Formats: sequence, structure tokens, C-alpha cells
Amino acid sequence: MKPSLLTFAGFALVLVAAGAVMAADTRETSLQAFAVMDSVLTSPRCQNCHTSTAFPRQGDDRHPHRFNVVRGDNGHGAKGFPCSSCHGRANNPSSGVPGADEDWHLAPLSMGWEGLRPSLRCIHLKDPRRNGGRSGAAVIDHLQTPLVR
Amino acid sequence: VLRDDLGLTGTKFGCGIAACGACTVHVNGEPVRSCSLPLSEAAGKTITTIEGLTADRNNSLQKAWIAEQVPQCGYCQSGMIMAASALLKQIPKPRDADIDAAITNICRCGTYPRVRRAIHRAAGGGK
Repeated sequence: MKPSLLTFAGFALVLVAAGAVMAADTRETSLQAFAVMDSVLTSPRCQNCHTSTAFPRQGDDRHPHRFNVVRGDNGHGAKGFPCSSCHGRANNPSSGVPGADEDWHLAPLSMGWEGLRPSLRCIHLKDPRRNGGRSGAAVIDHLQTPLVR
Repeated sequence: VLRDDLGLTGTKFGCGIAACGACTVHVNGEPVRSCSLPLSEAAGKTITTIEGLTADRNNSLQKAWIAEQVPQCGYCQSGMIMAASALLKQIPKPRDADIDAAITNICRCGTYPRVRRAIHRAAGGGK
């Protein structure tokens, strides 16, 4: 028996419906995955250096960095008093000062996340004009750098 | 190490948590709070303490410090001078805002206005 036009139409309808279910599932899955990710992005540990201010923040209460520490022109602190004056190449267990095997610095203002709703944070995270020209894979690589991980 | 092993007692130990700045030295020309600098990170680098700022103690900052009679108890002052020296290398004529941003050292005697005047004087401002 030859397939009728009605059979083709029915098959197409099933495909479209399946596609819609898959799309809905992908969107829902993505939103759930981003919510998990966003809970990290909005933690003080990330946001204290991803500020939208002229200064970094400290601690879980996110107070402005003590002693008038400022962002400076390039996010590496004031001229004559860079972040590396205190933040060394590793966490310092005796002084409690955090460090990393990379120059300690703030994220650029274009990647300030304070006050953004999650959807905007997601857009900014993916936007190469804001994120330092990074692709999605490069953003993941960024998470593995000494300063971030 | 600086004080006990090398006898360079100009550098002071203050808070021990890189907050007060009394221990400021230069590492490869950059100011560093030495109390939080592990010896392993200092290896192979050029360390300058207050003793090494000048050979003859005739540095413009040291002269300005005397002219403005900056110190009171004096404990924080070597760190202040090392921090000021690092600032002047970067900004030879700093504004008040530059000084506020770069000199975060703590002085219990409250010599901050005199520190600021001395930095301007050393920079040629002569205030």
C-alpha cells in the first residue's frame, strides 16, 4: 500500500510535536543548568571581584575592601599600590590573605555582575564584547585559571 | 627573616595580615607587604628595604619627611616611606586622590596630613 498524503501529514505532525517537546525540554534543562551555575556566579567569592564599582569587595557580607583599596585604571589596583602588594601567588595560611598563581585583579567593569538579573548576567557572560572576546569554550577555560578556580 | 636573620630592623612587623603596611618593602620595584610574602615567593627577586632606599639617606622623601616632621611614634613610618616611594615611581606628581588610593598604610598617631604634605614636598610641590 502506498502511503497517502494523510499519512505523510500525520508523520510530519508527529515530528513537529516531538521537536517542540525536545525544544521545550532543552530550554527547561538549560534554564535549570544556568540556575545552578548562577548560584555560583552570584556567590560573594565571584561577585566580590566582578563588581560594578570602583573598588573590590570582601567577605560574605560583601563589604567594600578595607583601607580604601580601589580598582584603578586597569583593574589591578591603584598606581603605586597594585593588588599584588598584598595578594601573592598562593593563599597565605598564616596571614589569611588569599592569593593565586596569577596576577590578582578585578574583572573589568564590562563584566560587573552586581544588580543584574540572571538573564542579563547570562547575556553578558556570553557576549564577546563584554567578556574579553571569549567564546563559550574560552569562558569554560577561564573557570580553570588559577585566579578563578 | 628581614629583621631577625638579616638584621634589617628598619622594616617593622605590624599586623601580620597585610593590612597595616608597616612591613612594606619593594620586590622588583613594586611595594609588597612583606609580612604576607612567603620566602619561596621572594626567591630570585630584588628586595629593597628602607635601609636600601638610598645609600646616603639623602632621598627627597626622607628629606621631606624631616622637613614636615612627619613621624610621631614612628613605628609605621618606614612602611609609609616605602609606599610613598613606590607611588612616586608611578606618579611623580601625585594628586591628593592618588595619595589616598596608593597610601593605605595605617598610622595610629594619625600623621596622615603630614604624610600627604611630605609626599607633595618630595614631588616638588613644596606644600
